[in-house]
Amino acid sequence: MARKFLPQIATGNDLLEGDVVYFTEQGDWTRKHSDAVVAETPEQAETLLGAATLFPHQVVGVYLADAQLVNGKPAPVHFREIFRTKGPSNYFHGKQAEV
Amino acid sequence: MYSYSNFDAAFVRDRVKEFRGQVERRLDGSLTEDEFKPLRLMNGLYLQLHAYMLRVAIPYGTLNGAQMRQLAHIADKWDKGYGHLTTRQNIQFNWPKLKDVPDILDALADVSMHAIQTSGNCIRNVTADHFAGAAADEIEDPRPTAELIRQWSTDHPEFAYLPRKFKVAVTGAPNDRAVTKAHDIGLRMVRNKAGEPGYEVVIGGGLGRTPMIGKVVRDFLPRADLLAYLEAILQVYNLSGRRDNKYKARIKILVHETGLEELKARIEETFARNQTLLEPVDAGVVARINASFAPPEWDRRAVPDIPHLDAGFRSFLDTNIAAHKQSDYAIVTVSTKPIGGTPGDVTSEQMRVLADLAERYSHDELRISHEQNVILPHVHRADLAVIYGRLREAGLHTANIGLVSDIIACPGMDYCALATARSIPVAQKISEAFSDLQAQHDIGDLKIKISGCINACGHHHVGHIGILGLDRAGVENYQITLGGDGTETAAIGERTGPGFAYDEIVPAIERIVNAYLDIRESAEEAFLDTYRRVGAEPFKAVLYPESNKANAA
Amino acid sequence: MSQLINKTGFIEDDWQGEILPFDAFWNGQDLPEEEPFGVAIDVATDPFDLQPWFGRVDMIVIPFAGFADGRGFSLARKLRQLGYQGRIRAQGHLLVDQFRAAMRVGIDQLEISDDLAARMPEHQWKAVPLSDSYQSHLNAA
Repeated sequence: MARKFLPQIATGNDLLEGDVVYFTEQGDWTRKHSDAVVAETPEQAETLLGAATLFPHQVVGVYLADAQLVNGKPAPVHFREIFRTKGPSNYFHGKQAEV
Repeated sequence: MYSYSNFDAAFVRDRVKEFRGQVERRLDGSLTEDEFKPLRLMNGLYLQLHAYMLRVAIPYGTLNGAQMRQLAHIADKWDKGYGHLTTRQNIQFNWPKLKDVPDILDALADVSMHAIQTSGNCIRNVTADHFAGAAADEIEDPRPTAELIRQWSTDHPEFAYLPRKFKVAVTGAPNDRAVTKAHDIGLRMVRNKAGEPGYEVVIGGGLGRTPMIGKVVRDFLPRADLLAYLEAILQVYNLSGRRDNKYKARIKILVHETGLEELKARIEETFARNQTLLEPVDAGVVARINASFAPPEWDRRAVPDIPHLDAGFRSFLDTNIAAHKQSDYAIVTVSTKPIGGTPGDVTSEQMRVLADLAERYSHDELRISHEQNVILPHVHRADLAVIYGRLREAGLHTANIGLVSDIIACPGMDYCALATARSIPVAQKISEAFSDLQAQHDIGDLKIKISGCINACGHHHVGHIGILGLDRAGVENYQITLGGDGTETAAIGERTGPGFAYDEIVPAIERIVNAYLDIRESAEEAFLDTYRRVGAEPFKAVLYPESNKANAA
Repeated sequence: MSQLINKTGFIEDDWQGEILPFDAFWNGQDLPEEEPFGVAIDVATDPFDLQPWFGRVDMIVIPFAGFADGRGFSLARKLRQLGYQGRIRAQGHLLVDQFRAAMRVGIDQLEISDDLAARMPEHQWKAVPLSDSYQSHLNAA
């Protein structure tokens, strides 16, 4: 069964800081999921992954993740990606604690 | 306790310097991420879900007050004011930055600590009975053996790039508190008919995707042959273990696929050759190690009668105290599992309290157990009341050791990059559901263990009740196993059936416990005994009432 | 092309003789009559099989297909334990960070690709401290 294509964003972890980052339309990296650039076709997704993996000395473990558009901005779909935008559930640490 | 020789101290400093250089070479492009990753892992540094994580080695779970105080300092200076005790008797910091890690390692070296070989496909930090040198049931102290193995396995040039990680555990007591049968090598200290000391050697145990109870490869190994025999096992494993599939690379799979007898023959052949080729271990080194584990000078104060125990202290004495070799001493287990808390988490403030208590009342010794608790191994009974008072002030007095809320839980998807579901909130909710300590005492001995993925860091396979969190079509789902046992009567738990959703798992556990209370023969029959008597069916009936009805119809 | 490395740093290849693949050597094909020769083993070779030939073989080449495959370390150490005194050359993907281990198991020299040698230049290899090890410490009679 072919899986329905969902919009994709590219994400990884910052090499120095370790925190979660997303690839932007400007070809840079952001801490905010809503600022990520969205690939809307499989071809765009392939291009996006290619572009995002060109920063081996800045970002590691780059992969594509499913996204959905909420008010025109990308939001995570899978619970793992939702946790990555927030931080752990047992303490108010990580992204949820950052302004 | 073992204290560093000049060689140990210089070695650890050299490794910190080396890692500092490796970080620089990663940043300047000399090392690719693929090349750097195993190097940082061998220095305890993971890249997790939200941040890096540093796993600090606590060899066989033993540390002193100054070391614990330094861990508190590291938690405050470079992390978020707490540490997480692991099922491998280590401590993890969840929020370090890559650039700070060499400085953290230097701070560890200041107190004779390090993070070497706490990860990677090498011989990992050796574990042992957390009551070593103190337990009343101990035949032989496992720590000198564990220390010898630590020295032998550290930076071993032949065994740093094994097919997969390799874990060794040692116990010197008939009651196995070190889960030795779930390790790549488990060593049980025994004596032969002539009364000579040696080891029963078990290989191929492990949890994870393919849980296996270890098998005896040698009934009796004379003590002097230990390192040559370990070298033989490791050499056979390094050369013949599978490298084509990470999930089939542990020695348990080699044992399974080759057969114990064939593998044993290869090990014995290599060992016979090694015996003539390897130089014997220097007697001076062995003597120095043995001397460092001599018992402390026992305090011979009288044990006072305490006429009026308050209820809290009485239940603490009931559950958190174990019998010591010296009748006027006790082993105190400090629970890191307050109701609703994160199992294994200790704040820097609590670390300092524990360091103080160790220095004042426990001959400057602390232990970390694989059950994620902290132990004061040598406490004079006259000091128990004052220790309880200090623990209560620090929120470390929960009287639940061995009870339903003394839960093992891995970090799960709140922290771990490998996790498929969360573990911590499940543990928190179960402990809240059974918050009444009196009711917990009535339920009695019950070990719940939770893993957030198939790798089983939470030891769910050997929990009386095991919980495994999985990702089922994008939703967290929890499978239950029953009847697991991590002791000398080790057994892998059996799956009950389909899993439960995140909001259904706690009620499911409550149904199991209630069913146990209904069917146990007496309050003395522990959960595991009841399970062994009646089997899984009565528990399945309460877990899956729907299918029950369907069958009856 | 490739780069040879030993304890002194980057070196020229001074090996003069033939290097036979293990199978050819094992089948006894075209063994040089007089002069010493080298054998390129594979990771499945049992060093024990080579023991009768230690007097004739002057170099054994051990392959490292990838730096994470540590079989070569066991092969080298086993060869030394069995009494082999000739040259051991490790060939393939090995990191500066594994140089210490390579020397300790009895490897004499490493042959790495020029690409790798460019990424990990000579000064990095020379900076590796080949100091005392726990293992030599334990056996220091």
